[in-house]
Amino acid sequence: MIKFLLSRLLQAVPVLIIVITATFFIVHAAPGGPFSADKAVPPEVIQALEAQYKLDQPVWRQYLGYLGDIARGDFGPSFKYPGRSVNELIMAGLPITAELAFYAMIIAILIGVLSGVGAAMRPNTLQDYVPMTLAMIGICMPSFLLGPLLVLVFGIQLELLPVSGWGDIPGDKILPSITLGTGYAAFIARLSRGGMLEILSQDYIRTARAKGLRETTVIIKHALRGGLIPVVAFLGPAFAGLLAGSFVVETIFQIPGIGRFYVQAAFNRDYTLILGMTIFLSTLIIIFNLISDLISIWLNPKLRDEVSNG
Amino acid sequence: MKEISLILNLSELLKKSINLLKLVFLAQLLLLSASCGDSQTNVEKGNINGTLYWGNGTEPQSLDPQIATGVPEHHVISALMEGLVLKDRKTLLPKPGVAESWDISDDGRVYTFKIRDNARWSNGDSLTANDFVWSWWRALQPALGNLYAYMLFPIENAQEYYEGALTDFSKVGAKALDENTLQVTLNHPTPYFLQLLDHYSLFPVHKETIEKFGAADERGTRWTYAGNLVGNGAFTLDEWEINRKILVKKNKNYWDSDNVDLNEIVFLPIDNMVTEERMFRAGQLHVTSSLPADKIAAYKEIDDSPMRISPYLGTYFYRINVDVPHLQDPRIRRALAMAIDRVNLVEKITKGGQIPAYAMTPPGTMGYFPESSLQYDPERARKLLSDAGYPNGKDFPITEILYNTNEGHRKIAIAIQEMWKKNLNIDIQILNQEWKVYLDSESAGEYQISRAGWIGDYVDPNNFLDMFICEGGNNRTGWCNEEYDDLILKIAPATKSHKERLEIFQKAETMLLDDMPVIPIYTYTSIQLIDSAVKNFDSNIMNHAYYKDIYLESLN
Amino acid sequence: MDKLNNITSQVEASSELKSSSLWRDAWIRLSKNRLAIAGLIVLLTLIMISLLTPIIAPYGYEEQNLAIGATAPSEEHLLGTDIFGRDMLTRIMYGGRVSLMVGFVATSVALVIGISWGAIAGFFGGRLDAVMMRIVDALYALPFMIFIILLMVVFGRNILLLFLAIGAVEWLTMARIVRSQVMSIRNQEFIEAAYSIGLTRWVIIKKHIIPNTIGPVIVYTTLTIPSVMLLEAFLSFLGLGIQPPQSSWGLLINYGVETMEEYPWLLIFPGMALSLTLFSLNFLGDGLRDALDPRASKD
Repeated sequence: MIKFLLSRLLQAVPVLIIVITATFFIVHAAPGGPFSADKAVPPEVIQALEAQYKLDQPVWRQYLGYLGDIARGDFGPSFKYPGRSVNELIMAGLPITAELAFYAMIIAILIGVLSGVGAAMRPNTLQDYVPMTLAMIGICMPSFLLGPLLVLVFGIQLELLPVSGWGDIPGDKILPSITLGTGYAAFIARLSRGGMLEILSQDYIRTARAKGLRETTVIIKHALRGGLIPVVAFLGPAFAGLLAGSFVVETIFQIPGIGRFYVQAAFNRDYTLILGMTIFLSTLIIIFNLISDLISIWLNPKLRDEVSNG
Repeated sequence: MKEISLILNLSELLKKSINLLKLVFLAQLLLLSASCGDSQTNVEKGNINGTLYWGNGTEPQSLDPQIATGVPEHHVISALMEGLVLKDRKTLLPKPGVAESWDISDDGRVYTFKIRDNARWSNGDSLTANDFVWSWWRALQPALGNLYAYMLFPIENAQEYYEGALTDFSKVGAKALDENTLQVTLNHPTPYFLQLLDHYSLFPVHKETIEKFGAADERGTRWTYAGNLVGNGAFTLDEWEINRKILVKKNKNYWDSDNVDLNEIVFLPIDNMVTEERMFRAGQLHVTSSLPADKIAAYKEIDDSPMRISPYLGTYFYRINVDVPHLQDPRIRRALAMAIDRVNLVEKITKGGQIPAYAMTPPGTMGYFPESSLQYDPERARKLLSDAGYPNGKDFPITEILYNTNEGHRKIAIAIQEMWKKNLNIDIQILNQEWKVYLDSESAGEYQISRAGWIGDYVDPNNFLDMFICEGGNNRTGWCNEEYDDLILKIAPATKSHKERLEIFQKAETMLLDDMPVIPIYTYTSIQLIDSAVKNFDSNIMNHAYYKDIYLESLN
Repeated sequence: MDKLNNITSQVEASSELKSSSLWRDAWIRLSKNRLAIAGLIVLLTLIMISLLTPIIAPYGYEEQNLAIGATAPSEEHLLGTDIFGRDMLTRIMYGGRVSLMVGFVATSVALVIGISWGAIAGFFGGRLDAVMMRIVDALYALPFMIFIILLMVVFGRNILLLFLAIGAVEWLTMARIVRSQVMSIRNQEFIEAAYSIGLTRWVIIKKHIIPNTIGPVIVYTTLTIPSVMLLEAFLSFLGLGIQPPQSSWGLLINYGVETMEEYPWLLIFPGMALSLTLFSLNFLGDGLRDALDPRASKD
């Protein structure tokens, strides 16, 4: 097991290097520089700015310089927010987005797995149709629609919950978490229903049932671990996607998280900020995919043996 | 057995996270119900404490007045710093700021400012004429990357110094005669010079603070952080949480602090207009920076509507790339301009009381009302097009309108596309590009027709017309007319009277409209929601806010 | 051992069976599922409407009437008009052409790449798996938006590019799901049995592995189609997708959200069109899953 973990962590190094390299050159090749503006920028200014941020050097030299910097843990200064370092910006937004993503994920897993498994236990009954219909509505309802709807109903009509903010007014974390979690809940519900149905028709479950075990025991002890494999495979990238995709929710609810930084950075061509965010997110993605693979292995006894033996 | 224990662990973990979540939500709900008794909105709280909650658009990129550009930055900086001259909040006529008085020489080239004795920095240091000289020296350092350096160019030799033709700053026309006397010499008599002094690029900055955090011309040092920044405005910077809020508090060392009523201003960066409007409705904001066009009708219906629509010094227009073969003929460009039904466009699409524009300069800019031969006339437009070789639009190449991704621009382009189709029978494609790509395409001349807007830096026709000189960085149409350049660069500055000057501008404007490298569409308005408690916040065409005048008065 | 023999004979039987009968059985099972058939009929109807739109649409999709502006549903305009006075029914019909095409084509791209990638990685495992899945990790991490902007500038605006761009992101999760499914199957007895009768790896992947991943794949596919339709709207915003006056359901919904308080019909009707498609897809998907389930015949 430890060997497996070590090898996966080692594999992460080339992946990160590829991501950094590709992103670096993509970002530099993209049209529009960080300093172009609505009003014409005098050539003197462009020259001065490019010199200051070393953009006047050949790209390969900039690239090597950048690698050197990040090796020292320095993501450089933001181009667009003079005076702010990328490290500082990420650290300012990260705790907020992480908290938001955590709540959303818990909501998604709870609602998703419960309703999906419930539906699979009694397929083609009300217990199946109701949660699955809701799930489909959840999928149809992208967060840019659900968010404003919730705000209008609970924030403005009923005046129950705050319409914006994060940690400023009591209760302001509820609507954003629900908005972000719902779409994923719907996905998970569908995937877990499908996975469970698959497993429930397998021989070993029939055997277990034939032994006269209680249905809940069958589900929890035998079916769940196989049935949730597709969900777990989805969760890895989903969690990372949640972090990056919180942009929409952060915009609707005026939350100062990193999702907004990422999108603003791309629009602003804030090279260092884009790169810093990408490196950060790809590390997260690698970690979460690894965790999700670990859980898959753990859910699948044969694979587990394979990994521990080989 | 191992498996079962693992499953138990998993369910344990799940339970724990559920409990955690429950706890958090419960805590939130408890707090919510606890606060229900004294449930107060920002606006209610603010009215009691003297705190103004201000919707400020996007997150300010910098609070360094010699680096910043943009409206959100301007709002915050103008609370923190002040120039030699202020403006009347309604008429925008100059009134004393840091300078208590000034003299202008007879030839209009030499200004002598008397700086008030009690002018001080927020740390208590006294503010002197030398501070201005040093600040303007800094503003002209190319390394700083000051996009508004050109605001100082009316000052003698400033442009030469900035461009490196001159290295001796003492030759630039800004001198401290003594602690309290600043003498400024200009290249030409510049009627709008006093106005420029209220622009943040000419604000004074605190030398000791800047040098404490880095070199004077170093970009992005930490001197603008909360706790570091020393300014001379009515407020001081107390907190700056990026993407969350900027909090400024009343500055006790401000020379006129007795007349400042607000205790605090909270600037909230809200880049989504729809969110901002909802926050206003929920009582989170006193003032919004904008209002979505589709909400205007509903707000018009309300009695005592919080909506305020006022004229704004800016023109929405389309640039035409005159180097595109089928757009080279001025008759075609005029035909396009005449085939736009501006009245319908502003009434049905933009809906914000915008004024149809038939000239580049907004009417009434420094008493200048441009005359124009342009009007909505599909009949003549068709005739012009036919004269240019395309009767009934036959064989007219498919033409592209470029705009940067934005809901408002999209709607306008769609409406114009259809108007040109209907009136001229020509096919138009619409192309949107992301902002930076659009800027690249436009400045490289890789477009046919492109959407543009210009907001005045100062109230003078010059600001709108000098864009289209041959070498103008903001021209971008490829249009070049030497006679026009002469009018703007040589003849207008040399005029002796205001009337004569305006006549020159009219002449230039007519040339521009005859050749039509740009199609004026409408004059902007600023549309805001303002809570009824906000007083002394008058509208003006620059949409400048003078926070020192504002006070909050609640009926309750 | 008995069991293994039993399974071996099953495997032999199924590989000998012509696939046509497999499909026929599946079709028979599917046709008994009323919901699935209803879904199929609705989908076919939507596709027919899309194909016939240029003939049957009541108005032109670009035809404006600024004088009337946004009006609620009426006899003249069954689903109302947008702020330009354009008929919403017409626009939804035309939008469906774009959305359905993007939905199906881009999802197919994702499906083909995702299934092959995931199946190969999961089946062979080891170093090949590691390399392939690390490539997936790397692709997840690239800044998608910048990438799109660059693509657009290099290749210009092109509807093919749109499919490619969407397919390129959507296949990643598909590959992960298929891979994990394959890994859980590849060690099961019937696969071992298939080896024992001397089937080649490729035949096993094609005939036994992929069909057994069909459940999660169908579910995930039906989930992918709506998100692809919404992604198209985002790409169109960036300038890659379609340009006005053309539209799509995703774009119509996006614009509808902005004015949902003022002109709710601009949101509700395109939303209903998208939901209708999604619901029928799901019913059909569930039915297909049940019908194609290799074990289902034993019931």
